[in-house]
Amino acid sequence: MAKKKTIYEVDGVFYEAVVEVPENEPQAWDAEATMAVLGKPMSRVDGPDKVSGRAKYTYDINLPRMLWAKVLRSPQAHARIVSMDTSRAEALPGVKAVLTHKNAPDMPWPFHGQDGKLFNTTLRYPGEEVAVVAAVDEHIAADALALIDVEYDEMPFVLNPEKALESEAPKVRGESNLQQGRPSVYARGDVEKGLAEADVVVEQTFHSQVQVHACLESHVSVAQWSGDKLTVWDSTQAVHPVREQLAQLLGIPIGNVRIISQYSGGGFGSKLWLNKHTVIAALLARQTGRPVKIAFDREEEAMTMGNRPSNVMTIKAGCKRDGTLTALFLKSVGGVGAYPAGAGCGTPLREIYSCPNVKTEEYNVFINADQARPHRAPGHVQGTFALEQVIDMLAEKCGIDPVEFRRKNYSSVDQTRNNIPYSSKGLDRCYSEGAARFGWAERMARKQQFSQGAKKRGYGMATQIWGGGGGPPGYAIVKINFDGTANVLCGAQDIGSATRTSFLQVAAEELGMKPEQVTLAMGDTETCPYGPGSGGSRTVPSMAPAVRMAAADAKRQMLDLASRVMKLPVERLEAREGFIFDKENPSTRSPIRDITSKMRTEWESPQSQIIGQGFRGPNPDDVALNTWGAQFAEVEVDTDTGEVRVLRIVAAHECGRIINPLTATSQIEGGVIQGIGFALFEQRVLNNATGRMVNANLRDYKLPSACDIPEIESVLVDIPDPKANSVGAKGLGEPPIIPTAGAIANAVYDALDVRVAETPMTPDRVLRALGKAPPPKQRARRAPPTTLSQEVTYA
Amino acid sequence: MPARRKRSTKKNGFHLSRRRFLQGVGAGTAAAVAAPHLATAQLQIDEEVAGQERVPIKLKVNGTTYRLSAEPRWTLLDVLRNQLDLTGTKRVCDRGECGACTVLRNGQPIYSCMTLAIEAQSTDLETIEGLSQGGRLHPLQEAFVKHDALQCGFCTPGMVMSLKAMLDKKTNPTLDEVKGAISGNLCKCGTYTKIFRAALDAAATLRGA
Repeated sequence: MAKKKTIYEVDGVFYEAVVEVPENEPQAWDAEATMAVLGKPMSRVDGPDKVSGRAKYTYDINLPRMLWAKVLRSPQAHARIVSMDTSRAEALPGVKAVLTHKNAPDMPWPFHGQDGKLFNTTLRYPGEEVAVVAAVDEHIAADALALIDVEYDEMPFVLNPEKALESEAPKVRGESNLQQGRPSVYARGDVEKGLAEADVVVEQTFHSQVQVHACLESHVSVAQWSGDKLTVWDSTQAVHPVREQLAQLLGIPIGNVRIISQYSGGGFGSKLWLNKHTVIAALLARQTGRPVKIAFDREEEAMTMGNRPSNVMTIKAGCKRDGTLTALFLKSVGGVGAYPAGAGCGTPLREIYSCPNVKTEEYNVFINADQARPHRAPGHVQGTFALEQVIDMLAEKCGIDPVEFRRKNYSSVDQTRNNIPYSSKGLDRCYSEGAARFGWAERMARKQQFSQGAKKRGYGMATQIWGGGGGPPGYAIVKINFDGTANVLCGAQDIGSATRTSFLQVAAEELGMKPEQVTLAMGDTETCPYGPGSGGSRTVPSMAPAVRMAAADAKRQMLDLASRVMKLPVERLEAREGFIFDKENPSTRSPIRDITSKMRTEWESPQSQIIGQGFRGPNPDDVALNTWGAQFAEVEVDTDTGEVRVLRIVAAHECGRIINPLTATSQIEGGVIQGIGFALFEQRVLNNATGRMVNANLRDYKLPSACDIPEIESVLVDIPDPKANSVGAKGLGEPPIIPTAGAIANAVYDALDVRVAETPMTPDRVLRALGKAPPPKQRARRAPPTTLSQEVTYA
Repeated sequence: MPARRKRSTKKNGFHLSRRRFLQGVGAGTAAAVAAPHLATAQLQIDEEVAGQERVPIKLKVNGTTYRLSAEPRWTLLDVLRNQLDLTGTKRVCDRGECGACTVLRNGQPIYSCMTLAIEAQSTDLETIEGLSQGGRLHPLQEAFVKHDALQCGFCTPGMVMSLKAMLDKKTNPTLDEVKGAISGNLCKCGTYTKIFRAALDAAATLRGA
């Protein structure tokens, strides 16, 4: 079979792969093709299980003789273990095993860089693992933790990324707190020249906070051995990658490992790879001969399972009087945490707008805090918050409408990849349809009408870009049964994004079956072929074509059988909505089951089941695969209290073909609500004296609640993208969270004539921006404080 | 080189174990703390219960009476999930802040993580598993599915129970009343908008049925 090199992108990182070129991949549907199932609203197939309480999540798995394990965690921000005595814990009745650096296998931990270890003796952030106890119930395990005596040698620590760059700052690891020893720099054109050419130049610094994932189902794994076969239920977004990573670290065959995640209670990027506690559960289960469950409490969840890093972003931008951009410059400092991670945010600035002179310098900085992890649209949320305000600043100075200014700088090519064209770009329709639905043209009048006394109305918008083109590898199998029903075995997992339902619709459409005739399995490495982790909005564009190809392969065989049974040439046959019919004479038709029930008798080589296979082929060459959107926000700001209330969001998004408009709008609403959380409520707060997170719970870490939800209207700009893949669909998981904070911030400016350049835009920050709050307490420090209080750090 | 302080830490973990605190609870009344709109319950416990030894308890859940042994410090949530394998009710924060553990006690929504199992005796408890009868979903559950008022599904049982309690009492709620009913239930995925729609639709169905 032919193979070729292809490029695919995940979370802004580009990978190269060599992949087989499918020989029998179905052609992408025409834009005008009418669908029976695809593109229709359909309730998600796992809805009844979830809504009835039947669905078993990893946290719900209770096995006979199961042990509970709990982790003893470092209370220090930076410390060395001097001594440890676990004897009192081991002696507690009900304790079956205690694992520490002394008795655990000397295992590397590749997710922490080259020198990472399963148990470190130098602990670099509050919450780092010190010991694990397995006991007959979780209360005894927790009691046992209190009986472990540890002596720590405290070391100096640093929490603020900008401070961490100073030469005298305590070092988190190695010689320098600057990851890779240098910033990540990108440049095209000559940004100094571009600024000099500009008629209008603006500059602004923005601060964004650390946002934790706050998945309702915390990280949890249950490990069980049966001889040398290991089964792990894991609340994960990546069953196949975790399987391989776990097998490799344990030194056992991949084939002996089964990872199950049928239902998971949220991931948002924090569950994309193998975690230490999963390995530890497997080790404890092997040692004790009993299944072991390890489930994080809310504090551990908030402190140790990743976050969207903070960023300090300074943008300088220039344009001509007519609005044409001449220069864009970004310097950002991002807090990586104690172990290597990404903390950049420059992609929106580099890519969205047509601009010949662009430079970004992104400093990724180690601090003594939890390692950052991807958090729904990493980098883009905060980068867009900053960029979109700067664009508005330029537009205002030029006297140009913000939407018109953006249109003026529209790019149909990817300027960061040699100006290759986008396969498709519906951003202009997002602008026009979003603006029309929102009533953008009437906003001045509404502002006049509704601003009353201390309460000011404001209107703003923002653009988003994201990847979402997916790519190989990904596999699917379709089985057609004797009775005309079908089972699809699909790689990857449904993390709450309704991919199970979307792929069922793709299979049903291709097979010509009704959705009720099709069942789909995902999230189990034993029964399903390989699929990627669900991150970077890649699941739909990666797996839908594989499912379609497998269905097409099965359908080909089914139609071959039908041609014998119906005595018609196979080229004349097609399947749709449960029937196989003669294209030339559609009233000549047969229910699928009347055909398939003959598979054991009417064929030359009779079969008991038809099996079709499919896989994800290469991406198209020389086009950029991206997704687009624009959100419009109406806010009311109380200038007495500083409170920002979002009244309405219109979210227009374009991501290729919409497979299911019902579940697509759920993704959009969910992203918008999380964007509101980022914009107004959520922030990690660290105590400067101890380095510990003081709001590691769900009361003081504020997620949006029911009373905070505005009217949200989704505009689905449904433009199938046949160049992207055979289904024409791209990812929608991340785009909707990206522009919300930028739109709200621009709306707040519209209301107040004052920029709030920090997130979350809490009442105190708004009042400070209005000049109404007292300045933070000053102490003798080199750098003036940028946050509210010297007692805490928001980084 | 800055001076290093040595510190010896005997007791580790930086959270006071709530269970240890509750271990010494003596006889008398106990109050369940839950969402603001609930009344405080006063319960009589016949014997003095204290310490870690299990005591026999009876719990009536979804119409069935269960007899089991429970430690006094175990929450109703943990008994439902770990002893009775009724895992539909979820554990998320375990400290009364998120509502995922919402069940009904005598028709009132409570946070089962903030209720001791021993004090949930002599009451009628309803969990999510009790809502569907003979495999048929309750109209509220059907509305959730129809309107796609769920994504990962982890907050869903708590949301449904809070709304069920309201709909049992209010046949024609306003949007604000729906929001108030689930103001004690957090959702990270962001399903609120469709939950509002599902709740109002279910109310209409129940009125018409």
